[in-house]
Amino acid sequence: MIRIKGLYKDWKEFSLKNIDLEIKEGEYFVILGPTGAGKTLALEMIAGFHSPDKGEIWIGGQNLTDAPPEDRNIGFIYQDYSLFPHLDVKENVEFGLKLKKVSKDKIEEKTRDIMELLGISHLSHRQPSTLSGGEQQKVAIARAMVVNPRVLLLDEPLSALDSKTQDRLRDELKQLSEKQGLTMIHVTHDRVEAMALGDRIGVLMDGKLRQVGTPQQIFHRPLNEEIASFVGIDNIYEGESRIENGIARINLGELEIEAITGKEGKVKLCVRPEEITILRKGSRSSARNLFEGRVVRVSERYPLMKLTIDAGKEFQAVITKKSFLELNLKEGSRVYVSFKASSVHVL
Amino acid sequence: MKKTTRGGKHGKMLVLFGIASFLIVSFVVIILGEPVFTQLVFDLEGFIETCKDPEVLNCIGLTIGTSFMATGIAFLVGTPLAYILARKKFFGKRVIESIIDLPIMVPHMIAGIAIFSVFYRYGLIGKPLSPIVKFFDAIPGIVVAMLFVSVPFFINPVREGFQSVDPRLEKVARSLGATEWKAFYKITFPIAYKHILAGIGMSWGRGISEFAAVIILAYYPMVASTLIYERFLIGGLEYSRPVAVLLMLICLGIFISFRSVRK
Repeated sequence: MIRIKGLYKDWKEFSLKNIDLEIKEGEYFVILGPTGAGKTLALEMIAGFHSPDKGEIWIGGQNLTDAPPEDRNIGFIYQDYSLFPHLDVKENVEFGLKLKKVSKDKIEEKTRDIMELLGISHLSHRQPSTLSGGEQQKVAIARAMVVNPRVLLLDEPLSALDSKTQDRLRDELKQLSEKQGLTMIHVTHDRVEAMALGDRIGVLMDGKLRQVGTPQQIFHRPLNEEIASFVGIDNIYEGESRIENGIARINLGELEIEAITGKEGKVKLCVRPEEITILRKGSRSSARNLFEGRVVRVSERYPLMKLTIDAGKEFQAVITKKSFLELNLKEGSRVYVSFKASSVHVL
Repeated sequence: MKKTTRGGKHGKMLVLFGIASFLIVSFVVIILGEPVFTQLVFDLEGFIETCKDPEVLNCIGLTIGTSFMATGIAFLVGTPLAYILARKKFFGKRVIESIIDLPIMVPHMIAGIAIFSVFYRYGLIGKPLSPIVKFFDAIPGIVVAMLFVSVPFFINPVREGFQSVDPRLEKVARSLGATEWKAFYKITFPIAYKHILAGIGMSWGRGISEFAAVIILAYYPMVASTLIYERFLIGGLEYSRPVAVLLMLICLGIFISFRSVRK
């Protein structure tokens, strides 16, 4: 559906280097990356606002690398929604249809349908400046969707909203894409958003697409240390791996971790903080890592608690507030850190 | 306690600012109001007669008309430049901005001499155009002089207007199927229209008020300022003031209507 081949671009302080990407019809694709990685630039290039220095952009089997934005049939939604301030809500939504020389009745009908679908019919004659962030976003989506775009591009569409509205609209975006079968490319720096929305995620760092995969692959099987750290894995270690009876034993110096991997020799490994279980009493079981340690730091990440445990190596673990209280933990408590061999990802 | 002291300080500052504001507004009002008051109270008949004088009416009509022509040209040629200055970064942009501002700084008598030397019958532009258009002592001469002095007054507010339009609005319009042209006249232009109206008003007003730059190339046909000057030389204050007051009232009327449209 969308194919990007060997895309290069230098623009202001941003750059994109050798981007190769294929996005399927109806897919919800999230481009995840830190600020300044070139995410918006990538999106604007798909839309045709910038032309690439090198490379090609194909949409629906057509090479649109040099096509102007108006010939690409793409919907674009910015972080601030960019509603036209001199037009009311209905005029904003109709804008694209009026350009397409559609009959008046058809414009009325399509506008009414899309506004009903997004639940904004009652806002018809309001000026954009009087709308809440959530309402503005829906108007922007309606305005983009009414012309049946081949793909909807969303640039940090949730980041300007309060957290409650964010949660609600995240669900609505997902439902919308599923119901309408619309191809979406959504750019964000927010891991939770990427995890919740993406059928697949592409991690963009320093202008390079570092990894493309399902949320499961990105968050649990990151390709390298940099991606691991960006997707929230604090527990990254280096060690010497040797394989015994089909199970890898990785020597970190102070302790030895069991993992499931074929790699031997010097390796890096990571464990997601939420894969770690905290126990008051240790009981050994097969293919399970168990280390005794001491809680050195506790910080609240409501509704979760983040613990740092020194067990020869420092481990970061995330547990619920409820289990934190039940285990009667505080800084200095003696605990056991436990995680499955299958939770260990060797990079 | 602290709060009250602070509030008090602010209060004092505002009082001083208020006094300063009053002084500057009075300065303008007294200068412009005195002749109007004197004329309307002490010589209403003379004023009414002036209002009926065909020479006066012709001059004022000519002034308003030529200034509109100059503004029209500034609009057609200046709007694209204002847009480029608002949107693009390029080498030499500062230089172009300074050049556009020059007519504000150059003494207008000097501007008049410069305009004359370029547009008179043997001038750089006047000569090649001489078979088609005559500038010396003719309406085109008045228009070019007015255009020269009013260009910055049009371009600067319009550039600010375009700067205030988020370029992403144009991008979204493009993604919805608008060509570059359509995005400009359906989005950018209407959003910036208040600034454009301001530019038109300023440039038009500046044209009407121009005297020095106009008279050197085109003393005739007389614009209002030239007529007022001539009448002042011939008959002093009493002969020139009624025309001045009439022009002032007409301008005031037009400016007030401009302002109300902008709101």
